[in-house]
Amino acid sequence: MAELVKLNIDGIDVQIEKGQSILDAAKKVNIRIPTLCHHEDLCVAGNCRVCVVEQEGRNTLTPSCATPAEEGMVIKTSTPKVRRARKDLMALLVSEHNTQCTTCYRSTNCELQDLAAEYNVDNNIYLSVLKEDLEIDKSSWSIEKDDSKCIRCQRCVRTCAELQHVNALAVTERGRDMKISTFMHLPMNEIVCTNCGQCITHCPTGALTERRYYDEIWEAIDDPEKHVVINTAPSVRVALGEMLGFPVGTRVTGKMVTALKKMGFDSVLDTDFSADLTIIEEANELLQRLKDALVHKKDVALPMITSCSPGWVKFIEHMYPEHLAHLSSCKSPQQMFGALTKTYYAEKKGIDPSKIISVAGMPCAAKKYEANRPEMRDSGYHDVDAGLTTREIGHMIKQSGINFLELEDSNFDSIMGESSGAGVIFGATGGVMEAALRTAYFVITGRPVPFDNLNITPVRGLKGIKETSVKFENCLPEYSFLEGVEAKFAIAHGLINARQIMDQIVAGESPYHFIEIMACPGGCIGGGGQPIPTNDEIRKKRIKAIYDEDMNKPIRMSHENPEIIKIYEDFLQKPLGEKSHHLLHTKYRKRKRY
Amino acid sequence: MSNNKLRKVDVIFSPYSVAPYEILKNTMRRPKDEVVQELIDSGLRGRGGAGFPTGLKWKFAKQQQSDQKYVICNADEGEPGTFKDRKLLVEVPRKVISGMAICAWVIGATKGYIYLRREYRYLIQDIEKELDLYHKHAAEIGLDFKIEIFLGAGAYVCGEETALIESMEGKRGEPRNKPPYPIQSGYLGKPTVVNNVETFASATMVCRIGANEYKKFGTDDQHGSKLFSISGDSPKEGVHELELGMSLEDFANEFGDGDTKAVQVGGVAGFCIPRKKFKTTIIGEGNTTGGSTMIFNSTRSMYNVLHNYLDFFSEESCGQCTPCRIGTQQLLKGIEAVKSGKKPPEYLDQLVKLSETMRLTSKCGLGQSVTNSFSSIVKNFREEMIY
Repeated sequence: MAELVKLNIDGIDVQIEKGQSILDAAKKVNIRIPTLCHHEDLCVAGNCRVCVVEQEGRNTLTPSCATPAEEGMVIKTSTPKVRRARKDLMALLVSEHNTQCTTCYRSTNCELQDLAAEYNVDNNIYLSVLKEDLEIDKSSWSIEKDDSKCIRCQRCVRTCAELQHVNALAVTERGRDMKISTFMHLPMNEIVCTNCGQCITHCPTGALTERRYYDEIWEAIDDPEKHVVINTAPSVRVALGEMLGFPVGTRVTGKMVTALKKMGFDSVLDTDFSADLTIIEEANELLQRLKDALVHKKDVALPMITSCSPGWVKFIEHMYPEHLAHLSSCKSPQQMFGALTKTYYAEKKGIDPSKIISVAGMPCAAKKYEANRPEMRDSGYHDVDAGLTTREIGHMIKQSGINFLELEDSNFDSIMGESSGAGVIFGATGGVMEAALRTAYFVITGRPVPFDNLNITPVRGLKGIKETSVKFENCLPEYSFLEGVEAKFAIAHGLINARQIMDQIVAGESPYHFIEIMACPGGCIGGGGQPIPTNDEIRKKRIKAIYDEDMNKPIRMSHENPEIIKIYEDFLQKPLGEKSHHLLHTKYRKRKRY
Repeated sequence: MSNNKLRKVDVIFSPYSVAPYEILKNTMRRPKDEVVQELIDSGLRGRGGAGFPTGLKWKFAKQQQSDQKYVICNADEGEPGTFKDRKLLVEVPRKVISGMAICAWVIGATKGYIYLRREYRYLIQDIEKELDLYHKHAAEIGLDFKIEIFLGAGAYVCGEETALIESMEGKRGEPRNKPPYPIQSGYLGKPTVVNNVETFASATMVCRIGANEYKKFGTDDQHGSKLFSISGDSPKEGVHELELGMSLEDFANEFGDGDTKAVQVGGVAGFCIPRKKFKTTIIGEGNTTGGSTMIFNSTRSMYNVLHNYLDFFSEESCGQCTPCRIGTQQLLKGIEAVKSGKKPPEYLDQLVKLSETMRLTSKCGLGQSVTNSFSSIVKNFREEMIY
């Protein structure tokens, strides 16, 4: 039992575990203290100072986020001294800020704006100390960095270090010149950045945003010559509602489809379809590798690691370039979808692929970069023309004047609109593993995976690294080489956890056969393109929505998806076949550490 | 208020009168708690500027349970107008090192560092020679405490003990959140005593002469003697050891050029005292004890003086916390705006309030102390700020 301390906040006695902050204690009794540099996901910084409170016996104010609660403390959170100080601090932050809120992407979703309004900061008190020659860094496909909106809270720096262990962003210079910058102040497209976008979702202001493409999409929609196709990832449907008036964790799949159709997309399709396809290809690739290793005694790279997350892919390319063979050669569902849109879909629909604009609606910032990787042109065209984040889709729906709350539901279009529950759970950490196991186990044994309702619960949840194992018994003759084999699996999310997994592999100590890695904490539901804020409480609700969606699907295993069966019959012929190899698989490149 | 007549003394710089490390050896024959109590009784306070009672700091560090503890000598002497630590390291390094060793013995540390201002790197050879001698004696008496020199990189804020520790750990020199204090979790997360060069030397002298003798110097409030770095419009610039508790009037009479208009006591982080308050100001009482004293005569523009300070602060702030990073810039821009007529004279009152916010909310002593020089100059020399 943890030691408890008792303190008094605004006249209320609070008991809290030793080591918790004054801020935590205040929350416990429903006292709200404003914060800016504080984020639930990150370590304490204590640098914005807006959470200051009065502590009896001290002649300066105390930062409540950075001060552990102690026995007998007497705290006052809203005295004239505190209010004056907070107002002054807000006025200072505003004086350093580009206050063109009307032109800011984060307007109305900005923590600085909210607090400045709350404290009624009159900007005229202080002179502007905003640097004049700041340029927006738009060099990256994924992330825009606008220092004129930066409040130096260092949430991005801590995110990049603590959650992702990439350290692309760092504090440089000091005093009045202190700023958040990159290695040698290089532009964002030249640094070791995975484009995961976690810095964006942790930024309280508009200093870090995704590069927006919606104007180009509107133009394409308005062009009668163009056939604009959008596919939306599983995580979008469980988070989009947050931007449009629904509570966190609401599934808005049907409304989203209706809205996208109303906006003028010619076809609204489901990335879950290509998630199912990924499972077929990836499960077969894994079985092939296991067979090569166990039967042919070939030197194949095991464990095999998933490649759906483009942030993770770029991470391993930079950090572990000697170990790329462990990556599955499967493209991500987005890129499989793009390649098929301009081949299979075009053929079936009788549309000239050069007239197709293929758009991906993603919970992700790195997907924008992925769409622009030079090798992603296997259809003969730009496989994916543009990636949109959940946030951009939310903005587009708002721009359309659609009353999202009252919208009726509709179904995805066909073809490439049907999916199984296995495709849906791709959105949550552990989902790809679960989907792959549902299919792989069936392929190997002819029986469904031995878990209640196909729910492989050990792979679910927010633990940084999860493990499970499955023993194959009574295998089909074709897979007799796996008889009695206990296969070991691991799931990691957040690149700092990916690093642990990789260090094990480098040391030759990895006990696993197959590993799922997602760049973002929580998996795609916590992606860098998701509505802001994101924290563990929100992640859990989105994850629950994902599994609810799965349970509501009549088909829950990828290989039973009739559109999947059909595409192999009509087009691809067989998993890992020649056409698959050409359209659905890819290669990776070694990148440098700087 | 009690005050002394100004009296020059010779405690700290007195020549070595005993065999090398004799004081250390003698001290180690006594019970540790007795030595700590002696230090507490002596009234010795930190000589870096913050003035925390040295004996108490050591006592708290001694109480910490840890497999490893550290002793760090803060020789980052960065406060503008102070240069006493350099003189100590040149002339009596043995007293400094003895102080560190006594501290290590008391608290149970095995590793120590002298965090040396990079500009003082020409001293390294001489200090290392003395360290060799020390290590030899330490081995003889079985004291397991090794000392190394660590070179700073030139940031003012790294004189703040937690920023100093961060920089030693290879990180950006930024102050930490406190608590925990270094005596609880300092260098590499271990209990660490960080003391100023002069504090260690003074501790050695307390051990040598005893608390009672030491307390004979100074007044009831302020015990002992103190080094003063005297600069500016003074015919007697340099380091002087003075008994604590003298009035600024006596001080100015002794060290001024006869035309003294103001004295900046405690460096730029301290207060600027105008002539009319010399009589009622006791050095070290309500102002800082770092020992930097800058003397200004009537030819000096106090606007320029303040402008210079603020320019320094806005450059030397580490930049992490809002009040210090932006506040220092606002104060600088603000006095420029008043001087040029862009803002009315009343704006100075707003700026004084801002400096109070900085004192209340800044993360470390840097931002917290800007108000000392700012408000004392603006209030006492308001006309000079406006016209």
